[in-house]
Amino acid sequence: MRIALLADIHGNREAFEACLQDARRRGCGQVVLLGDYVGYGADPAWTVEKVMELVGEGALAVLGNHDNAVGDWKEDLTPDAEVAITWTRGQLGAPARRFLAALPMGIEDGERLYVHANVAPARRWSYLDGLDPALRALKACRAQAVFCGHVHVPALYGITASGKGIAFRPVPGVPIPLPRHRRWLAVLGAVGQPRDGGTAASYALLDADLAELTYYRVPYDVQAASAKIRAAGLPDALAERLGKGR
Amino acid sequence: MGGARVGPGAVIDGFTIGRLVHGGAMANLWEVSHAGFEPPLLMKVPVLSEGADPAAIVSFEMEQMILPRLSGPHVPRFIAAGDFAVQPYLVMEQVPGPSMLRHLPRLPLAAREVADLGATIAVALDDLHRQHVVHLDVKPSNVLTRPGGEAVLVDFGLSRHDQLPDLMAEQFRLPYGTAPYMAPEQVLGERRDPRSDQFALGVLMYFFATGARPFGDPQRLAGLKRRLWRDPVPPRRLRPGCPPWLQEIILRCLEVNPAWRYPTAAQLAFELRHPEQVRLTARSERMRRDSFTTVLRRRFQEDSSRPGRAGAVAGHAAGAPIVAVAIDLADTAPPLAEALRTHVAHILGSLPGARVACLNVLKQGVLTLDSDLDTEGRNKVLQRLVELRHWAGPLDLEEGRVSFHVLESPHPAAALLRYARDNRVDHIILGARAASTRRTLLGSVSGEVAAHAPCTVTVVRLRRHAAAEASGASEEQDGGTWTVG
Repeated sequence: MRIALLADIHGNREAFEACLQDARRRGCGQVVLLGDYVGYGADPAWTVEKVMELVGEGALAVLGNHDNAVGDWKEDLTPDAEVAITWTRGQLGAPARRFLAALPMGIEDGERLYVHANVAPARRWSYLDGLDPALRALKACRAQAVFCGHVHVPALYGITASGKGIAFRPVPGVPIPLPRHRRWLAVLGAVGQPRDGGTAASYALLDADLAELTYYRVPYDVQAASAKIRAAGLPDALAERLGKGR
Repeated sequence: MGGARVGPGAVIDGFTIGRLVHGGAMANLWEVSHAGFEPPLLMKVPVLSEGADPAAIVSFEMEQMILPRLSGPHVPRFIAAGDFAVQPYLVMEQVPGPSMLRHLPRLPLAAREVADLGATIAVALDDLHRQHVVHLDVKPSNVLTRPGGEAVLVDFGLSRHDQLPDLMAEQFRLPYGTAPYMAPEQVLGERRDPRSDQFALGVLMYFFATGARPFGDPQRLAGLKRRLWRDPVPPRRLRPGCPPWLQEIILRCLEVNPAWRYPTAAQLAFELRHPEQVRLTARSERMRRDSFTTVLRRRFQEDSSRPGRAGAVAGHAAGAPIVAVAIDLADTAPPLAEALRTHVAHILGSLPGARVACLNVLKQGVLTLDSDLDTEGRNKVLQRLVELRHWAGPLDLEEGRVSFHVLESPHPAAALLRYARDNRVDHIILGARAASTRRTLLGSVSGEVAAHAPCTVTVVRLRRHAAAEASGASEEQDGGTWTVG
């Protein structure tokens, strides 16, 4: 079975639709949503509605820090993110807010663990942005493979037969074998706000039968998504960064 | 881990184990058979006993990742892989041919034979590098030869795939490799540079040409590092019969700084196949090693001959293509020859690693082959070589970046295509002549080359003005170009 892994959609409808379409075309049979459906982007209501619809059809979804901030006013965000989340709160109706508030921090699916930021159950949202934190996270859980987002830059970490850690920057479109007798932590790139210098939306497909993970980049209508951010009166920097991928 | 016992008669996932072909510290090789696959097959099973070197397992896993992703005649065909949870193994085609070890009793070999063997290995390496893999353990026992003569690279346990996680990176205190053959940058832990394989091939050719290994067989890291500052005895000193061109090539492969070796293995193969066109530098004349003071300086000072950072594996090939230009030397062609030259200049401007082979086909009618062709034919070839050099003059290419070849054949398109295949040409550039009754009847050379070439083809055509076309007059001078990917 092929599992589509999508993280950090951030209210970017154009990017989300493009990735879902790409995943369907590649024969995806299961959707896993790794959090941060809202914040930054101009289509939070549509995005949450789509996530609810997918979950109704069997998709798995975990909570992200921006999703949590919708209902939790103490959540600590950057100034631009704070502006965006304040605006977002005014966009989401009660069912959407109830849905977000009920999302779990993590979902275990057999030997796989899906989380937004880190494996710790507490809502601390620390970044797995290097080999050391990734290895600490792997030691802190039992899952054979952990999948997360939050960093907005795709990366893959693993532990080899000799117990040493490896860090790898995935090449889009190239399947990476993830042998089941080793442990892996895959950080997904962002669907809705890539920060690795590429503007195309980022997601991945896990072939659970072959134990192979492939990261993909999907071009989408960046101009339209940016224009909507500006039209909504959100900080200009949020529109601009979509065009830079930073 | 462990699972069923592996031994003669045992059956694992449908593979019946036969004879033990090779027993090693890291892995055993068994002959196996399977109803669904054409024999002969080989099964590689890692040694996983208590206290086994963890490097053996990591290296086996690396090979299990890489081999299924490789294809072509220069690697053993992948058949199956066994799950680590049950019994790890790799089944592959048993290449029907001996390894390069067979030559050892006959060393030193003649220069021409060394170059021929070297060229077949370089072609195999080029094929591997284009598949994003650096072998990192090139040595006689890891190169087999198919009955057709193609070199086959085996054992990818130390290899690095540019697009997959490197399980071997920084795993171990000591660099892994085979001491006599390891490139200096590999000694320092760099595993990304395809030119490391050129160094190992340089060691192999040195060994085959002289009977001695250029850096011995050091057993400690300090001994391995010596090659960073101590240059080898020039081959010609050991074997006065070694021609300067072969020494030039071998010593260039053995440069400490990878950037001073050949840009690609394909370019190295090209040099080995055209000894008469090798540019002889000071390397070819060396008869002794560097002086004591030079070596001391190199040893204790940072200098530019140290290896730099490597780029992406397949990227090297993309930046240093072999470009073949077919030039029509007929009197009627000057505007076209000019347009061709302009186009080649554009390509060279953007690809500083590119090298150019200027080709001309001397059309020999099948029926006119007669005895006095020897002298007359030779003169014709020499005259054409002079003309080719003249054509390339304005490009102002340094020697070593350009070579000249006259192919003799009754079929120009077939000759060009064969040349492109044999020499791993990346890009053929040729002109299209104006439409004529003759071309319509016989088909055009450019059309045939474009249709059947193993690489990119650019056909340079002079733009014809509508009026000129209508009247059937000859073409005007502006170039129009189309490229076939």
